[in-house]
Amino acid sequence: MDRDQFVVEKINAAIPDAIEEILDFRGERTIFIHQPHIKAVCQFMRDDADLQYNFLSDICADDMLPDFPRFAVNYHLYSIPNNHRLRLRVRVEDPDEGPETMGTIWTIATWLEMEVWDLMGVRFRGNTSLRRLFLPEDWQGHPLRKDYPLGYEDVQFSFNWETIDAKKPYAKE
Amino acid sequence: MLSTGSDTIQELTVEELRAKVGTGMEIANEEEHLLLSMGPQHPSTHGVLRLLVELDGETVVNLAPDIGFLHTGIEKSMESKTFTKALVMTDRMDYLSPMSNNLGYILAVEKLIGIEAPPRAQAIRVILAELQRVASHLVWLGTHALDLAAMSVFLYCFREREYILDLFEMVSGQRMMVSYFRPGGVWRDLPEEFIPAVRHFLDFFPARLADYEALLTNNPIFLNRAKGVGIISRDDAVSLGLTGPSLRASGVQWDIRKTQPYSGYEQYEFDVPVRTDGDVYSRYQCRIEEFHQSLRILQQALDKLPDGPVNASDRKYVPPPRAELGRSMEAVIHHFKLWTEGFKAPEGFVYQSVESPRGEFACYLRGDGGSKPARVHFRAPSYVNLASLPKMAKNLFMADLVAIIGSIDIVLGEIDR
Repeated sequence: MDRDQFVVEKINAAIPDAIEEILDFRGERTIFIHQPHIKAVCQFMRDDADLQYNFLSDICADDMLPDFPRFAVNYHLYSIPNNHRLRLRVRVEDPDEGPETMGTIWTIATWLEMEVWDLMGVRFRGNTSLRRLFLPEDWQGHPLRKDYPLGYEDVQFSFNWETIDAKKPYAKE
Repeated sequence: MLSTGSDTIQELTVEELRAKVGTGMEIANEEEHLLLSMGPQHPSTHGVLRLLVELDGETVVNLAPDIGFLHTGIEKSMESKTFTKALVMTDRMDYLSPMSNNLGYILAVEKLIGIEAPPRAQAIRVILAELQRVASHLVWLGTHALDLAAMSVFLYCFREREYILDLFEMVSGQRMMVSYFRPGGVWRDLPEEFIPAVRHFLDFFPARLADYEALLTNNPIFLNRAKGVGIISRDDAVSLGLTGPSLRASGVQWDIRKTQPYSGYEQYEFDVPVRTDGDVYSRYQCRIEEFHQSLRILQQALDKLPDGPVNASDRKYVPPPRAELGRSMEAVIHHFKLWTEGFKAPEGFVYQSVESPRGEFACYLRGDGGSKPARVHFRAPSYVNLASLPKMAKNLFMADLVAIIGSIDIVLGEIDR
């Protein structure tokens, strides 16, 4: 039995109904986890003596617009003792009610979740350090979302000065 | 009090300062400790990194990094370009190792569309990635030594780095923003004079390396600044996601080139240097040892560089050579389609990591059936490694903080992306 399948069976035995779906693409295994179970699954995968996913490589979010649920969060796990990579994917319906923070399992998760919140706007429950990291404090919106425009700011000319000015987000007297 | 016109330097309360700086740092003692803002314009922060440091006398009580000064929205911009055109943006992230970034991104694209580069292209990629590792470590060594007041090492390191940049110019026409690796292979074959030039580099470089080591490795001033400073334990390093030489200095033998080889790294013999002290000096030793290992790989790669094409033959993904355009209608069509619309990638997502000079550089790539990536995300090693800085620098002197920043080798272009 290969390692991918072994992990799935271990999770199924420990936490039934956690797995939503399994996807294999280009030799990479992705396990879709139901959002309420993600923390328990991660804790189990780090602590179990046979799995030992002790290294969290990355957390990144996807905007699947126009699909529903719209957001998905990927956890790229790596087990240094077993030399095995795996991706956990969580579908997130409401970005303000995102998955629980993994900061207590892997310290780095807090830092990685800050990036996801800043650029994609998915909130992680229990992470108290979520704030603007790359963007200015007063920035509106989350640029990596699909409905966020790439740029193209309206140019002000004398004939449309007031119309454009009214839309600009700076403080007015 | 200084004043220029109506602008006056204000004294801010701690609350106001915390609100302004936005680092969210917990301040232990507001009454007696000094809050110092180091950077973003500071020679020892290696770019536009700003650190908010809480100082008790000269001892660092706590610190928090403030980043984002170089944020250019690279991940977002790449979503608006075809897979091939988006490549040029990867050069600009970690501007000290563009070849490694190219490699990480290109391998992810190749995995997504399911093609593989021919053996000669893979060997060329290894040669250039290892040259890049040497060049990047040279900048680290020079600036790290400069931070610790060893001026001359910096000048020597940049002299050798310049030689490597000349080699890059030889193959790609650019010193730094190379964009040389392409989906399915490389831009063009190596020019004739490239191999002798690399061999010449392999001849003279070990002696130069010995010079740097003579200047630093047993230098008592350097040892005093580096030994036992900025210690991070094995467990902390793993939990904090530290990668690359910084992780190996804490005693974890993990190198992606060994454990999950890509681009034919399994054919070459090399060792993974490991130290167990986890301090600034261990990280120095690991990187110095990596110079030697890179030279070993280069020697082997040059010796068994295979002949053959440097691009995959699948015309749906790789543009035809120029000479074919005059003879073949299909070649014209392919050329036109690839340079206007680009190739289409299937629906799905992949994750590909490579060992960049700084650690695990990984690219998450999602295709949605179109010719542009639906989502690109980079796991930037500098960004993740920076999170270990507060842990390393706690309860040390301010001067040690400078040594530690140098030893984790960050590049701000990659942190902010």
